[in-house]
Amino acid sequence: MPNIEHLIGALPSAAAQGLIWGIMAIGVYITYRVLDVADLTVDGTLCTGGATFIMMMLAGYNTWFCLLAAFIAGMLAGLATGLFHTFMGIPAILASILTQLGLYSVNLKIMGKANQAINVDRFPLLVSLRYIKDVPFYRNTILVVFLFIVAIIGILYWFFGTELGCSMRATGCNQQMARAQGINTKVCIVLGLMVSNGLVGLSGALLAQYQGFADVQMGRGAIVIGLAAVIIGEALLGKICQNFAYKLATVAAGSIIYYIVLQVVIWLKVDTDLLKLLTALLVAVFLAIPYWKQQYFNRVGGKKGGK
Amino acid sequence: MLELKNVHKTFNAGTVNEKKALNGLNLVLEDGDFVTVIGGNGAGKSTMLNAVAGVWPVDQGQILIDGQDVTKLSEHKRAAWLGRVFQDPMTGTAATMGIDENMALALRRGAHRGLRVGIKKEERENYRQLLKRLDLGLEDRISSKVGLLSGGQRQAVTLLMATLKKPKLLLLDEHTAALDPKTAHKVLTLSDEIVRENNLTTLMITHNMKDAIRYGNRLIMMWEGRIIYDVRGEEKSKLKVSDLLAKFEQVSGDEFANDRMMLS
Repeated sequence: MPNIEHLIGALPSAAAQGLIWGIMAIGVYITYRVLDVADLTVDGTLCTGGATFIMMMLAGYNTWFCLLAAFIAGMLAGLATGLFHTFMGIPAILASILTQLGLYSVNLKIMGKANQAINVDRFPLLVSLRYIKDVPFYRNTILVVFLFIVAIIGILYWFFGTELGCSMRATGCNQQMARAQGINTKVCIVLGLMVSNGLVGLSGALLAQYQGFADVQMGRGAIVIGLAAVIIGEALLGKICQNFAYKLATVAAGSIIYYIVLQVVIWLKVDTDLLKLLTALLVAVFLAIPYWKQQYFNRVGGKKGGK
Repeated sequence: MLELKNVHKTFNAGTVNEKKALNGLNLVLEDGDFVTVIGGNGAGKSTMLNAVAGVWPVDQGQILIDGQDVTKLSEHKRAAWLGRVFQDPMTGTAATMGIDENMALALRRGAHRGLRVGIKKEERENYRQLLKRLDLGLEDRISSKVGLLSGGQRQAVTLLMATLKKPKLLLLDEHTAALDPKTAHKVLTLSDEIVRENNLTTLMITHNMKDAIRYGNRLIMMWEGRIIYDVRGEEKSKLKVSDLLAKFEQVSGDEFANDRMMLS
């Protein structure tokens, strides 16, 4: 049996990573659950955010300004997918795959090469894997990212309660109804994709700081991790958290749980090459549960097909 | 109030499934007209309503609402003038949102939607009063998700939403067809009340000829994308179902019995 202390020692960094990815997962929640769009752009956007942040930091800009730039870069990626979808009529999932592919080149061009590092000692980074232990509590990465998440949830809770936010929710739920109520559904979808990818870009910027580099591969499979966080959060906490703000919090919690489980798997000395496969299977099973439930209950109810 | 001038619409043009749904449709509605629309399957009744609502662009012709040419306007822009209730109770409401939130969306139809709060406190009291009138107990569960309501309840809420902000034109697309007879009657009576109270210009499609005669001040019959019979006032109120059947057979040379049209 591996040493339990190793696991406990690894938990804070798992929590920090989980929180950072939690911001991305909240972005995924906005597209997947609120807008009802499977947006694969995020796999590219995560790196776009990280790359933008690192290159602007290296160019000497203020940290907060660089974070804002990463957010905006993410929004532009969302805009691209949104226009592919609404203006050019390409199905959303395909539109997002196109953007994701295109972003690979964009990300390489932003960084000039496949990988750009940043030195935490020379640049005023907000978070880092070095800021987990032995730093004043207010510099602790876990606290900093936690505050980010609280602020983001607060802003999103307010936003989705506004007239515009309500129109976006209506669009995600029933486009026909939304249009009949005078809502421009195309604008709503584009805006939702922009907000979502903006958050993913921000998450990428934090992740790049945390690990000390941006890499063109850093977003690979991000959508699946995001979905895993959404689904784990809903499965474990969905029943008690009905309020929108709580739902967003469960997504962040889902992300932390995912990273802790991942840490446990690593601690158990499972071959790490298999991690992505395990994640994919885990998400597949969780996605299947609602379907299976429905099938099962239909049979118990003795109802035939219907429409 | 509404003017349709020589409107044409063909679906799947140039394929084996080509269907001329509207074929030179002309119609003028006066302010306050409550028109019932009947006709067999594929006569173009729903297509006419969708053309007015702007679900897709028409091939030819002109559509004016309240004197304004809306032919080129998109569906969400035209919504400013329209209240719509659909055949499928699921269509008219957002299931994952509350009854109050759905009504708040409807209240802002045609208005700019910005970063103001989506639903004000005082609105809720107003909605509660309106829901009370439905007598479905919805006033006590105003924040419940609409998805939890029955089809009849959803349709009643959709009707309230369609008329919450008084529309220039109310479009009822067989809005009671999917309901059980008792609920259908209730929703229909309510529709009639609301239309008359607010003197709303209304187009109501129905498959029930008795209803078509009983409600409204004018009746039109459609066939192959055109209006083949248009009757109003005194003459309409004296109509019998047998008259309509005779009229239909005369024009189409077809038997109504083959059709989905209900006789009772």
